[in-house]
Amino acid sequence: MLDAAPSKKPLVEVRDLKMHFPIYAGLLRRRVGEVKAVDGVSFDIMEGETLGLVGESGCGKSTCGRAVLRLYDLTSGSIRLEGKEIGPTPQAALRDMRPRMQMVFQDPQASLNPRMTVQAIIQEPLDEHTTLSTKEKQQKVYELMDAVGLNRRFAGRYPHAFSGGQRQRIGIARALALNPKFIVCDEPIAALDVSIQAQVVNLLEDLQEQFGLTYLFISHDLSMVRHIATRVAVMYLGKIVELAPREALYSAPLHPYTEALLSAVPEPDPSLEAKVERIILQGDVPSPANPPKGCNFCTRCPKVMDICREVEPETREVRPGHFAACHLHEITSQTAGKTAAQKEANERQHGE
Amino acid sequence: MHDGGRPVLEVQGLKTVFRVRGGEIHAVNDVSFDLKPGELLGVVGESGSGKSVTMMSLLGLLPSPPAEVRDGKVLLDGQDLLKTDEDTLRDIRGGKVGFIFQDPMTSLNPVFTVGYQIMEPLRKHMGMDKKAAKARAVELLELVGIPGAAQRLSDYPHQFSGGMRQRVMIAIALACDPKVLIADEPTTALDVTIQAQIIELMKELRQKLGMAVIWITHDLGVIAGIADRVMVMYGGQVVEHAPVRELFGNPQHPYTKALLKTVPSVRGERVRRLTIIEGQPPILGAPPSACPFRDRCGSAVDECARRNPSRTAIGKGHDVACVLVEQKEAAHA
Repeated sequence: MLDAAPSKKPLVEVRDLKMHFPIYAGLLRRRVGEVKAVDGVSFDIMEGETLGLVGESGCGKSTCGRAVLRLYDLTSGSIRLEGKEIGPTPQAALRDMRPRMQMVFQDPQASLNPRMTVQAIIQEPLDEHTTLSTKEKQQKVYELMDAVGLNRRFAGRYPHAFSGGQRQRIGIARALALNPKFIVCDEPIAALDVSIQAQVVNLLEDLQEQFGLTYLFISHDLSMVRHIATRVAVMYLGKIVELAPREALYSAPLHPYTEALLSAVPEPDPSLEAKVERIILQGDVPSPANPPKGCNFCTRCPKVMDICREVEPETREVRPGHFAACHLHEITSQTAGKTAAQKEANERQHGE
Repeated sequence: MHDGGRPVLEVQGLKTVFRVRGGEIHAVNDVSFDLKPGELLGVVGESGSGKSVTMMSLLGLLPSPPAEVRDGKVLLDGQDLLKTDEDTLRDIRGGKVGFIFQDPMTSLNPVFTVGYQIMEPLRKHMGMDKKAAKARAVELLELVGIPGAAQRLSDYPHQFSGGMRQRVMIAIALACDPKVLIADEPTTALDVTIQAQIIELMKELRQKLGMAVIWITHDLGVIAGIADRVMVMYGGQVVEHAPVRELFGNPQHPYTKALLKTVPSVRGERVRRLTIIEGQPPILGAPPSACPFRDRCGSAVDECARRNPSRTAIGKGHDVACVLVEQKEAAHA
């Protein structure tokens, strides 16, 4: 999958990223298999854009986000951040790169140390990576608190004194502390109430504009992703099945899984809701330890064909900037090719 | 789907209080509603709005202390549940009233087979013998669309996926042909494609079995698709109540209006910027003497701080608790 908007240059380039986790079993804890959480994904994230990564639980979207930040040691694949390869780099050597890439976690309760004050939490990255004086750090923490809409007076309080939305603001301030270019937001609003979600999303958008940030926004909330993302990638069972600019994906999805996923989203308007044609998928997502042969989606696909159970579809650019991995869209181009070839053959016969 | 018949469930002036260190939390304040046979009442609100506590209060499911149902009437077929003894309540729970909870993993017991857990209410409430209960359990699992029902009875909850577990929970709730089914965020823990399956199943089951349903959720989209009537809760009280189309088409309470605007859609026009509701939901340390939404309300006036408005009827089946709406109605009349 190459650049969709050639005018901008990619900040993050991911190629054939694989993250497999071993399964050990039996008395001798022998390796009996592996969970293919992320199984060969490639994408670019342009500078200043938000790439939405959507999918159901267990599809590998969070693992993918963590792997891109090299919170894991990769099974294979290449990741380039600002042109610098960080895929196989050992963790110790990555330290210099860490300030450039940060993360906002899903659960603001679990990702903040309950024994540290807000001041200490936001300051920790500064302690680790900078040589600022205590006073300078204090000033920087105040600035960050202002930027995310937290009252400076609360700097000495502990996380438990804050509500969910405010805790998420603390997490965002910590991620911003080292002026990163790239932030992975892993379900940053999933644990929040509806009226608070909008506050955090608007804040993320403001900060993006203010600091020129690039986001990988991981979420299962398709309507929120439509709101915030520039382009959207849909994952299913460790693979990206479709990647397209936001409007193209939501108005004309190409992959049957994307179609089903979008149709399943309930509509908060009864008059529209009555018109929604719902595709109800049967069954559950197969285990990533034992994915089906051929296309990963073949066990639930309403448009499944024989070839889908045999051959894994390749990702191709069906329309400019709109990528899909589905035999349906291969066949249209293939049959076109075939008929042309046949015609040629026929003509040759006639000629003889 | 419902007629104007006598309500199967009537709740009047329900008040629930939690005693905590240093005071009280007034979680439910003067909540009244009714439920007609066969209808689906949606209850919408954020966490802490009192929607779950209301429903748990109905059947004495809250641990006391700290919880205390201080006032009100809960009439199920004319019988006041707040005045009945624990034994009768136990018969009603899982009998006349079925419950489905949010998280299907924690609401099933991991050490008993699914079959045992479905057969338990059948044997306790219906007095069935083992054989009859087993036959009915298979029937129920088939009803909720679990393939290979007879074999799966001997499986444990961990052998089921999230969606399948929620189907099992529905089967248990339906076991004794309840008149009322209370579903507390039944699809919140599920993925969107699985959620669509469960909603579809609930629609089917309602047509087949005709029970009345109370569906608690924070997801306006889910409510729009299934409810007949909707009740919006905020700060422990009902702020707006209307038939579903009326509520979405003609919302009157500033909270309902704002809530509808904060949710983006996957269809239709995309908004450039989300409307937000500033601030946090309140924690009520005392019975409310003013409108609980006034601090976050964009159109609050002085009077909002002086008294807590009561629900005013403004149309057929549509009532709102808002000072502004009251004033508008008064000017009209």
